[in-house]
Amino acid sequence: MEGKALKLVVNGKPYELLLGRDVQPWHTLAYTLRETLGLTGTKIGCDHGACGACTVLMDGKAILSCLTLTVECDGKSITTIEGIGDPATGRLDPIQEAFIEHTAFQCGFCTPGIIMSLKALFEENPTPTEEEVKEYLSGHFCRCISHYHVLRAVKDVVEKRRNPDGAKV
Amino acid sequence: MGQRYRFLGKPTPRKDALDIVTGRAKYLNDIRLPGMLIGKVLRSPYPHAIIKDIRVEKARQLPDVKAVLTYKDVPDWKVGLPPHLRVLDRKVRFVGDAVALVAAETEEAALEALELIEVDYEILPAVYDVEEAIKPGAPQLYEEFPNNLLPLGNPWFGSPQAPEGLKELIVGDVEKGFQEADVVVEGTFTYENITNPLPPEPPGVIAAWEDPRTVHVWLTSQGIYIDKISLYYLMKRQYDVVVHGPQCGGSYGSKGTILPLALQAILLAKAAGRPVKLSYSKEEHLTTFTLRLGSRIRGKVGMKKDGTVTAIEGEWLVNTGHYSAVTQGQVMVGLGEAQLVIRCKNWRLKPKIVCTNRASSGWIRGFGGQELKSALLPLLYVAMAKLDIDPVEFFKKNVIKAGEGYFWRDGQWWVSRVIDFTKAIDKGAEVFGWREKWKGWLRPTAVNGPKRIGIGVGVHGNADVGEDVAEAYVRLDPDQTATLFVAVPEQGGGQRSNLCKMVAEVLQIPLERVFISPADTNINPYEFGLVGSRGTYAIGSAVIMAAEDAKRQLFELAAEMLRVGPEELDMRDGIIYVKGQPDRQTTWRKALGPMRTIVGYGRFEPDYSLCNFMISFVEVEVDTETGMVELKRVVNATDVGQIIDPLCLENQLNGCLGSAGIDTALFEETVLDPKVGRILTTDLIDYKWRVFKDLPSIENVVLETPFPSHRFGAVGVGEIATSPGPPAVVMAVSNAIGKWLFSYPATPDKVLEALGKTKGGH
Repeated sequence: MEGKALKLVVNGKPYELLLGRDVQPWHTLAYTLRETLGLTGTKIGCDHGACGACTVLMDGKAILSCLTLTVECDGKSITTIEGIGDPATGRLDPIQEAFIEHTAFQCGFCTPGIIMSLKALFEENPTPTEEEVKEYLSGHFCRCISHYHVLRAVKDVVEKRRNPDGAKV
Repeated sequence: MGQRYRFLGKPTPRKDALDIVTGRAKYLNDIRLPGMLIGKVLRSPYPHAIIKDIRVEKARQLPDVKAVLTYKDVPDWKVGLPPHLRVLDRKVRFVGDAVALVAAETEEAALEALELIEVDYEILPAVYDVEEAIKPGAPQLYEEFPNNLLPLGNPWFGSPQAPEGLKELIVGDVEKGFQEADVVVEGTFTYENITNPLPPEPPGVIAAWEDPRTVHVWLTSQGIYIDKISLYYLMKRQYDVVVHGPQCGGSYGSKGTILPLALQAILLAKAAGRPVKLSYSKEEHLTTFTLRLGSRIRGKVGMKKDGTVTAIEGEWLVNTGHYSAVTQGQVMVGLGEAQLVIRCKNWRLKPKIVCTNRASSGWIRGFGGQELKSALLPLLYVAMAKLDIDPVEFFKKNVIKAGEGYFWRDGQWWVSRVIDFTKAIDKGAEVFGWREKWKGWLRPTAVNGPKRIGIGVGVHGNADVGEDVAEAYVRLDPDQTATLFVAVPEQGGGQRSNLCKMVAEVLQIPLERVFISPADTNINPYEFGLVGSRGTYAIGSAVIMAAEDAKRQLFELAAEMLRVGPEELDMRDGIIYVKGQPDRQTTWRKALGPMRTIVGYGRFEPDYSLCNFMISFVEVEVDTETGMVELKRVVNATDVGQIIDPLCLENQLNGCLGSAGIDTALFEETVLDPKVGRILTTDLIDYKWRVFKDLPSIENVVLETPFPSHRFGAVGVGEIATSPGPPAVVMAVSNAIGKWLFSYPATPDKVLEALGKTKGGH
């Protein structure tokens, strides 16, 4: 395996990581993103797949990057919190805008993971109900209890999708 | 409400919101210094042992290992109150206690080194129960503390008249009080599930030596300046310390006890000659970091039919685990807090602080008071039930009123200047529907087949809103911006933004034109820390004073230009004008000129005459077949004087569930196996927490009766949100099932046992 290059795309940018040098067989994707690529927006809470803080998208699906080995990611496309919205213009994703408007966080440590799960949810279901949102986010540990504001922010995003002209339903 | 001010009271995006939602906010583990090594701790597998021999040569020989430290290599620096716990010791006192420290190029190398360290232990008997620990012949954790009893009192919290502060609560004549009572109730009540506040970000420290005398420390912390001063003293005043406070991923008090880690990282960095990061894994966080105090009361209360408490007597046994960071202080504040919601002329409440062989208890939201009340209120509930007193009426009668007094932590008698909290109680009860739902003690509100609804209520208050000294600077710049210098790291409450809002309000400039300095002790003045609920009144007062001082200096310059007295001036959006003559004006920019800044200074001196207050009403549904308790609804009610930011405040109040709050009565517990002394809840699967699917309905009733605090009439309340709930829940469960169930947490096995459906082992 030594010397083999691992190709993956992160936030639209292609990377070639050399096994044995850039990536060790035991490196998790969370580790590679944070320590090798410097993308520290992805947080590590429990490092055991129980808290959701490390959630990123792999080919559009939400995954736990602390339970995914980087060597499994050959040929995959990864999206992290740094890669949503439009990094070139600084335009935010509507989820991020809603989180700012509703202060849908306190300490903010679990926030990137929650936002990434919501990105995946909206891909699957553009207008989820509150119960569907709660079900989808149930793997996210938020100890400050910002859940209520998160649900409000999500509701706001959904309402704007249903009614893009802005009139409140 | 909320229209009294231009900025205060209105929802505002937090100044750090963009950084948080884009992942740019820098937490401790996001910082990487050049040449930084990774630190790891070798931990004791035994709850109590002497290190007979420790061999580290093999570990030191690993090429990537840059430092290995044992008790033989470290100075005699001790933490705790009084100082008693060495940075590394020859004795280990709990499973997980630090045995050796390693710094290496990579985490793998550090972990490999730990495996190569050989230790011979002489295993000692261990003790976990607070009453077993104080018996003659019990295993002794520290030679200097016979019977494992720590001395009471805390010189940091004392006063000239009482140098060690409030050590016990002795007031009036309890014998006389019991004679006057219509009922006297005695019993033992506990709150001993030693829950973990468990912030999502684990505790961590980075240390880097700038020169042989100066060390920089990055901490997950709430109070960087007090950490700086504490470290300076703990290192025997030999070194200068600069503390940096990055974004803190939750603390709930717990990271106030970061100092032992900081000393370990400082020593590793010194030994390695390189920066070192020492950051805990979640397992280390769960098994070795700050838990709630174990609280047990053997108490007796006397009460009259009208809800007058005539006497409270008892022994308060506090289990602090293997050491006391500041437990004495928590006990002092807890004793003070009890008097804010239980008015009683005769007290004899004597605490004992006891060391046992488990991870330490330390400071967490509620700061001793939650632990005291979660055990004390059930005793009062039994007395109220015997007299058929409605608990809401009881709390209305017993909450502190202006003009009434109490002994606070400094051992002084303070006369309260509070507003009338009974309005908040009434409003909360109305929103909850208390009158309609209350059917009397041990009676369910409704029965639906096997399911029963029960309601409960609890209270908390803390006179910490004005605790300790705060200082701040506000600098006015030529470009009509202001920068606030205050040593406050952001830990989630939004206080950094909210302090900027106060500056914007004083200076009448948009919030976007107010900046805040990094939380760094090199540039900011003294500040005790964003602890308790002191952010709004104590820190806010210093910030307001600094902004007013800066404004006064600016007006002096403008007054010369406009040929009026500075007191005749006012300002809005950088335009300085004569009051009543808006045409006579100049600007901040012109008054200051391009080559001048103004620095205003503010200092707040402690004031313990004001307190906050919160009441929580809860409704639970108990399934009498499965024993499951479901929290259906919470109504919190408080009066904060003036809301600074409604979204931040609501977030803080919703925090009543997590961080070892209400859920400590429902399912949260740290499980310790006394056979081996090991904590079994080592991950986020075994340590239970609330998920999105299980959210109850929460309503927060917030009144705004101006307090005599600072010019905005506000006090903080965030800290206490977790505290009224736990006793409210056990009351609600008891009412639902018709039997007393005062055991935290009220898990299904205990409910079924209380119902006589199983023979449990509790």
